[in-house]
Amino acid sequence: MGTDAVVLGAGTAGMVAALRLAAAGASVLVLAEGEGGLPLAPAQMDVLGYRPQLVLDPLAELGGFLESRPDHPYRLVEADEVAASLEWFLELSAPLGYVGSPHINRLQPTALGALRPTCLVPQTMAAGDLSGGGSVLVVGLRGFRDFHAPLLAENLALANPPSGAEIRARSVEVSLLGDPRDLRPQLLARRLEERPVLAELGREIRSRLEQEELVGVPAVLGLERSHEVWQRLQDLVGRPVFEIPTPPPSQPGQRLQQHLFRALRRLGGEVRLGARASGYRASGDRLEAVRVVTAAREVEIPADSFVLATGGIGTGGITAGSDGELREEVFGARVSRGGAPDEPLVEYLATQPLDRLGVEVDDQQRPLGAGGEPLFENLWAAGATLAGAEPWREKSGEGISLATGFRAARLAGGVRA
Amino acid sequence: MTEVAWGAEAWSEVRASLDRCIKCTVCETACPVAAVTELFPGPKTVGPQAERFRTGGHSPDLSVDYCSGCGICSRVCPQEVRIAELNSRARSELKRERGAPLRDQLVARPGLLGRAGRPVAPLFNWAMANSLIRWAGERTVGIHRKAPVPRSTTRTFSYWVGHHVGTRSARRVVYFHGCSTQWYEPYVGQKVTAILEHNGFQVVIPKQDCCGLPLQSNGLFPAARKAVTKLARQLVPDGTGDLPVISSSTSCGLMLKREAREILGADSPELRSVSARTYDIFEFLLELHQRGELRTDFKPVPLTVAYHAPCQQQNQLIGKPALEILRLIPGLRLVELDRSCCGIAGTYGVKREKYEIAMRVGEPLFADIQAEGPDLVACDSETCRWQISAATGATSVHPLEILHRAYGGS
Ligand SMILES: Cc1cc2nc3c(=O)[nH]c(=O)nc-3n(C[C@H](O)[C@H](O)[C@H](O)COP(=O)(O)OP(=O)(O)OC[C@H]3O[C@@H](n4cnc5c(N)ncnc54)[C@H](O)[C@@H]3O)c2cc1C
Repeated sequence: MGTDAVVLGAGTAGMVAALRLAAAGASVLVLAEGEGGLPLAPAQMDVLGYRPQLVLDPLAELGGFLESRPDHPYRLVEADEVAASLEWFLELSAPLGYVGSPHINRLQPTALGALRPTCLVPQTMAAGDLSGGGSVLVVGLRGFRDFHAPLLAENLALANPPSGAEIRARSVEVSLLGDPRDLRPQLLARRLEERPVLAELGREIRSRLEQEELVGVPAVLGLERSHEVWQRLQDLVGRPVFEIPTPPPSQPGQRLQQHLFRALRRLGGEVRLGARASGYRASGDRLEAVRVVTAAREVEIPADSFVLATGGIGTGGITAGSDGELREEVFGARVSRGGAPDEPLVEYLATQPLDRLGVEVDDQQRPLGAGGEPLFENLWAAGATLAGAEPWREKSGEGISLATGFRAARLAGGVRA
Repeated sequence: MTEVAWGAEAWSEVRASLDRCIKCTVCETACPVAAVTELFPGPKTVGPQAERFRTGGHSPDLSVDYCSGCGICSRVCPQEVRIAELNSRARSELKRERGAPLRDQLVARPGLLGRAGRPVAPLFNWAMANSLIRWAGERTVGIHRKAPVPRSTTRTFSYWVGHHVGTRSARRVVYFHGCSTQWYEPYVGQKVTAILEHNGFQVVIPKQDCCGLPLQSNGLFPAARKAVTKLARQLVPDGTGDLPVISSSTSCGLMLKREAREILGADSPELRSVSARTYDIFEFLLELHQRGELRTDFKPVPLTVAYHAPCQQQNQLIGKPALEILRLIPGLRLVELDRSCCGIAGTYGVKREKYEIAMRVGEPLFADIQAEGPDLVACDSETCRWQISAATGATSVHPLEILHRAYGGS
């Protein structure tokens, strides 16, 4: 009854690895200090957006990109496997209606009205690809302070898609739920699942609509029943409606996270949140068990294979001391800081070596020890913890997690005892 | 091994954890209370954010009283900020400043109610089922007229212990049964004893009082500290100083394991020792099973059972050992209910002003139970069982009652 595979981290990378392993028949336990980036992120699957010029076909341009960035995590995964991981994700997330292709960057508006390249989006955002221009009515909700419709519309009208097509945008603000002072997104999402509340929103939008072809709303169209809420709003309004990601917290991110957690449970796997890995036991180059902090004491959890998907500096997978020393917290794997330690951190927002910090791995995604050899034969790393990427600049975050998580599961599956 | 801190040091670690908050709002998205009411702005807002203004004995924010203390926020936080623990403290400060209503003083003392109800149990149970009396209770005391209340019993668990002839064995454990077994559900304790004896253990059951959890969740910290320190002394009768302490009340077990330390800042040599040795009953049985020592002479149990892991059980960070053990039982159809909170959170949902909130929190769970229509609902926490039964009409049991049946018990 033991555990075949232990995955550390419940972000995209950890969940992908866990789901792939579980689907192959392994018993899988995900241990995570907390939730990962998912409930905060827009739940759009970026693969590669800029290199630094805008990328039109991410999959085709991956090779050229790697020539200029030989240390990038995409070097670890063949283009075919990147494509396979996205195909698999489309299938897995069918209940959320994800659409898109790794060969096409869509241009979807951000909360500030910039156009952002991304590959896969949920159905509720599908109509928001403005690469071919369009006229949009942006709907704000009074009291929902995380979404400023006038600013968004103004910026959107200034955006220049490479097609040269024109984007026209206008904003309106509607009152809902008796105009409370502070509307929080999760409460909004839940209330919009109630028919009368949604009907009121639909009426308000319809009465303000002029010649616009599209309606953009903040991404708060329900939680568990988002598909239904979105469909009904579209019917009420009579035009294609799409969600625009809000600043964190993100309802689409939560929906995706719930979906991944549930899918794993259905495969017999478990996600244990609040459980921080604090150390390990090994014999020779074989990792035997990880140590985990429970409410009363530390316990050991043995398994055959292990995946390290604890994220980067934002989620605590890697920590920085006041002396500037970087540490991978669980195994003490070698962390690359991307440049010489005393290299000055120059211009604000300019590229700097530290941006690419992360765990160093061999070509089998195995974290390296101080001497440069793999730490353990049965430990693989995936996702934001890997060194070499600048996801926010390249627009590559979820793509790296998908592809390397997918591959980590394949490599880990091969050593089942 | 990571060292755990105790006493004032434990609390200062909890307080310092708020510096790690990066305002990512993961906790707000996961909070089951903030999701259903405008009255609670969310764990980050009342916790890491408002905490900085709680100096000099002033509570800037009264909404922290609407935190149910389920602890989900602390579990989902990627930065290990002890959000729920901070908010528990803040609630107690609020009570200290403003005084706790009589109602909170009452529901915080299960032993008091249990003692009062026992000699007149039939009358007490009749009164609790009488809508006029419950209505009066809501108006005068503030306990919601529809809130679930346990049934009192005339024979306490310790009465049974006094008449029970246990097995003797070199392998011994201490049993911490908690108040609800003592006053309301003595059969739970009897079944725990039977299961442990069936597995070859001698069960030491010292006289014991309340762990102080309801006092703590109602913000009455000094009394709670006293209670848990006293309990720890009671749980180490002579010669038992290294035995596992088995708990069948999941929230009271968590009190000993961690909350006494992190929330109350309590400390004593006995408490340190007991805390490190406390096991949830199924955590203990699963470890036995992993060593190949659990008896698996199970009879088939041809039932559909829906299992709900309560918040305080999940906060022990031991997974769902009850599920793993029940899966071994032949004939049992086990359904895992995939919802976070039933809403009751100890005594939160019995209060007049919080009852409706608690019911809304539990709605998705209740809907799943009703859709599934199981023979039984299994849940490790007594107050959650009462809430689930009251809300859905389903019969709810402790999962160990199903294990007991599989071992041939009735
Ligand atoms: C605000 C925000 C916006 C984003 N926007 C986008 C976007 O637009 N497009 C895009 O493609 N990507 C975006 N991302 C990135 C993306 O969501 C993921 O963060 C990324 O895929 C990395 O995933 P990961 O699984 O590697 O790590 P994470 O998601 O960071 O998860 C790390 C996990 O490891 C756990 N952990 C850490 N230390 C330990 C330990 N010692 N023991 C146990 N568990 C531990 C954490 O609790 C967490 O569960 C965004 C992220 C954020 C935060």
